[in-house]
Amino acid sequence: MASDRIFGLVALFVALAYIASATQIQTSFLADPVGPRAFPILVGAVAALSALAMIVRPDPDPAWPTGRTWVSLVVAVLVLVGYAYTLKPLGFIVPTAIAAGVLSYQLSPRPVAAAVTGVALSVGLFVLFRYALGLGLIPLPKGLF
Amino acid sequence: MDILANLALGFSVALTPYTLMLAVIGCFLGTIIGALPGLGPSNGVAILIPITFTLGLDATQALVLMTAVYYGAMYGGRISSILLNIPGDEPALMTTLDGYPMAKAGRAGDALVLSGVASFVGALLATIGLMLLAPMLARVAYLFGPSEYFALYLLAFCTLGGMASNNQAKAALASCIGLGIAMIGVDNNSGLPRLTGGNLHLMDGIDFLVAIVGLFAIAEVFFFIESHGKGSSIGVKLEKVRIPWKDIRETTPTMLRSSGVGFIAGILPGAGASLGSFLTYMVEKSIAGPKGGFGTGVAKGVAAPEAGNNAAAGGALVPMLTLGVPGSGTTAVLLALLMTLNITPGPTLFTDRPEVVWGLIASLLIANFVLLLMNVPMVKIFVKILMVPAWVLLPGVTMISFVGIYSLSGSYFDLLLMIGFGGLGYILRKLDIPTVPVILGILLGGNMENALRRAMVLSDGDMTYLFSSPISIGLWVAAIAGFIAPMFLRGVLRKPQAVTD
Repeated sequence: MASDRIFGLVALFVALAYIASATQIQTSFLADPVGPRAFPILVGAVAALSALAMIVRPDPDPAWPTGRTWVSLVVAVLVLVGYAYTLKPLGFIVPTAIAAGVLSYQLSPRPVAAAVTGVALSVGLFVLFRYALGLGLIPLPKGLF
Repeated sequence: MDILANLALGFSVALTPYTLMLAVIGCFLGTIIGALPGLGPSNGVAILIPITFTLGLDATQALVLMTAVYYGAMYGGRISSILLNIPGDEPALMTTLDGYPMAKAGRAGDALVLSGVASFVGALLATIGLMLLAPMLARVAYLFGPSEYFALYLLAFCTLGGMASNNQAKAALASCIGLGIAMIGVDNNSGLPRLTGGNLHLMDGIDFLVAIVGLFAIAEVFFFIESHGKGSSIGVKLEKVRIPWKDIRETTPTMLRSSGVGFIAGILPGAGASLGSFLTYMVEKSIAGPKGGFGTGVAKGVAAPEAGNNAAAGGALVPMLTLGVPGSGTTAVLLALLMTLNITPGPTLFTDRPEVVWGLIASLLIANFVLLLMNVPMVKIFVKILMVPAWVLLPGVTMISFVGIYSLSGSYFDLLLMIGFGGLGYILRKLDIPTVPVILGILLGGNMENALRRAMVLSDGDMTYLFSSPISIGLWVAAIAGFIAPMFLRGVLRKPQAVTD
């Protein structure tokens, strides 16, 4: 009940904000009868109605993860965000090994196996992408050698 | 004979050694992708698109590779259904109902071979159906103007939303999320930015590949972390594999019927392979009656959904190629591939780029025979691959997704966006909000708006123009019925849950 209501409320606010920003879209002098605003406003309105329907008639709550699993999920997201930022400056091998290792550890908490998985995946995928598929990846940070 | 000449052209494209090799690789990868639990056809194809794109394959080759993956995944889905009681992809859910009991009774090999043959029959007949029907539909599609296209897009959202979800409001909201995202970026008509919030990264809009990989693949990783990679590796042992001629003979009528039903289910926009396998299982169950023993591990219960879902996979290509409206989640991903390759699906595809269409159809025919060979005599190899533990597989899938998206644009912003879509996908799926309409919205949003605006330009702002032709009225009626009917049918057409032991 609560989950659907909360999500519905968030969706409603996003939809209203979306409609509000759609009314601010600039039109050019070459406007067609519909213009660039109408369709986004229509979509926002349907979304707002659907969100209202979710608030009025919510479904039963799903089983949300509990404490420790939330921690794992947040760690996974943070690792991926960190990976996204470091992939370019630090080259492929090191960030990939760390990110893959941490993810592997989140799935099965055995440090040694996770570390081996991380390194093996990183090197294996690098060889695959660089030499078999010919993608231009940088293995290590520039200026190290 | 038009078709024979076209087929000859198709085979001349498909039988070049390089294309043939791509088809074989695609079949192999596809079967693996289908077989691994948690890596369905939509995920698999989505992850591979950016990589295909950076490999610099031409349009036909890329399309051949990806549709081979698509067909392969449909074949592969049955392996984990039968051996692990985990559907490798959603349409394979129905196969667990009789496949797993059959495997537990010591007939795992029989079930695998039988389902492989059923998949072959379904996919082959559907490919032939595609070959005959698609050019005809393409001719009808010439009659479609902007108002018809607008109604057609609406129909796709309505039927997909109606079928894919248990709650119409959630399906509508999902479609709106997708459509809303599609509006971001520079407006085609006026050339001015819309809804970008002043962010330069958003000027080009949000790349649908980023959204697809995020919503499907990254969200899947979060689900696996939540379940701690449980639910893999335990299963039934596969003994000797023999060909159960008797079962194959007895289930031949079932396979043929199921292929027909599945193909039609696949053509309906938005319905797709899940509906195909569900309908065929239900049809065969009611034909067999209570004495048929469905659910206890009978051969017909394995053959019907497999023929059905593979036929639906072929059928789903018909609206995708002729009208540009995908019939399922995976064909939505294939549509994304076409758009990335700068091919506009639709009736003109058949006249302007016959080598693409017929090369594709010829490759599908070839891929089917390759898949039969891979999935019957070589099935043991794929069973071995199922043993890859989740804690190696999932990080691998994540890294491949990252490299794929990164190699497209080389920007960290797209990677962050992809993680964001992963989080969104996780929450949406938790709340039972379908994610396929979101994808469809992102893919079709621009076209849908353009159709509406062109229609209004033609009619000078008269809204009644949208309902002015018999075709568009028919589509509007079908759209409304497709959205409302499932509300009443839900009690009747309840999806059976997987068997527990």
